[in-house]
Amino acid sequence: MYNASDLKKGLRIKLDNEPYIVTEFNFVKPGKGQALYRSKLRNMITGAQFERTFRSADTFEPADLQQKKMQYLYEEEGKYCFMDNESYEQVFLTKSQVGEAKNFLIDNLEVEILFFEDKPLEVSLPNFVEMVVVKAEPWAKGDSVSGKTKPVTLQTGYQLQVPPFIEEGEKIRVDTRSGAYLTRVKD
Amino acid sequence: MIHGVEHISQESRTELLIEDDHDLLKQSNALWTRAKMLGAIRDFFVSRDYLEVETPNLIPAPIPEQHIDAISCGDWFLHTSPELYMKRLLAAGYPRIFQICKCFRKGERGSYHLPEFTMLEWYCLGMDYRLLMKECEELIIAIANDLGNKEAIHYQGKKIRLQRPWESISVSDTFTRYALVPMVEAVKENSFDEIMACHIESHLGLEQPTFIYDYPVSGSALAKAKKDEAAVAERFELYIGGKEIANACSELIDADEYHTRFKKVQEYRNSMGKAVYPIPRFFLQDNVDIPKSAGIALGIDRLAMIFCDSPIIDNVVTFTPEVM
Repeated sequence: MYNASDLKKGLRIKLDNEPYIVTEFNFVKPGKGQALYRSKLRNMITGAQFERTFRSADTFEPADLQQKKMQYLYEEEGKYCFMDNESYEQVFLTKSQVGEAKNFLIDNLEVEILFFEDKPLEVSLPNFVEMVVVKAEPWAKGDSVSGKTKPVTLQTGYQLQVPPFIEEGEKIRVDTRSGAYLTRVKD
Repeated sequence: MIHGVEHISQESRTELLIEDDHDLLKQSNALWTRAKMLGAIRDFFVSRDYLEVETPNLIPAPIPEQHIDAISCGDWFLHTSPELYMKRLLAAGYPRIFQICKCFRKGERGSYHLPEFTMLEWYCLGMDYRLLMKECEELIIAIANDLGNKEAIHYQGKKIRLQRPWESISVSDTFTRYALVPMVEAVKENSFDEIMACHIESHLGLEQPTFIYDYPVSGSALAKAKKDEAAVAERFELYIGGKEIANACSELIDADEYHTRFKKVQEYRNSMGKAVYPIPRFFLQDNVDIPKSAGIALGIDRLAMIFCDSPIIDNVVTFTPEVM
């Protein structure tokens, strides 16, 4: 059980039987008045956001969430399919649930899916993913000046800046948290 | 300053710092502004014949307030404000006193709250809350001038003009103007604080500093009730840039009334399952002779936020609880 004073950004609570994440939070207390906990909450199933102000006497249940290891299979009409490698059970996430992770979802990637009861909510990626460059401008002479970069496109359609020596067909390691190039991978 | 630090080169001084504390130097401007503010405040009061006092931080019984929780320390408490002891000095015959001190309040941490913060309090014999508003204006203008803000303060993209008189509006009028709810109704429905915090405060003091006055007596433990309206206390707050900066009142002088209100606060806290503090008994004895007077508490960190143009309190103090 949480108290209002436990509220902070990122806390996951259960309200009316649905999981919510606190996306913004501030403690306020107008002159000699009672403590108020102004929060912005996002429904982790529907994505709906709303503001709510809690008082010190308010309490809530933690959202009962579980992470499961799954494998990414494919995307079809905005639905992303993941499979449990042991039970072969398949679940789908919507485009908005997947969010920015779509940039790094390559076939058969092992990921973690967060569940509320039996509902899948979101995907967490490994920190580093190796991806193939599908489009790159050729390395022009004079581009070796340190600090210079060029844009390339990866197999998911994601574009990023890389050092000029990276060429089409090569594999690179990307940090999924920042979305940035890390290193060239030699097979 | 550590003795001899001025002889250490910048490089070796940096080496002395803990890795995580490099950011502290980014606060240098704010810390200088804050120090100048404190200097200006002392100059102001000394020039007006106020005596600077220090009362104990560790006390046997905090002021009974509905919504302020004290931090216990051994068998006693860290004070939540120096109010009680400053009033005892006032009652004993010190007519003009001020204090700059740390106050401690349990569980208060937000963008403009810290559990340990700095308060300026001053009390003046013979004043009422209206005269105190004037003195408050003079103080802020004196500080602003010392900091080089002659006509206005620039805060979070707003130009807050300092020309007097400042805006002054009753609390009741702020409710009808900004929240479209009558104040009495909000009090009845126990939504006064929420409406104030979520719908009114952000409008206050944006073009010039704003006083809001005459609060419901229910939330003003030590303020005198108005003669003609017993449900309203002679209390005001100063807002600058949407932030509550100071709280003031004409002091309650009736010992029996103090006793009644303290008892009420105890009952309320008990009903809410909050810690119930002992009643400050010496205070009630001395207070019998409190003459007509007014007092004000001003948050130094909040004022520093305004003068440093900072949206959060963290930038104007040396350390917050999270980095200790």
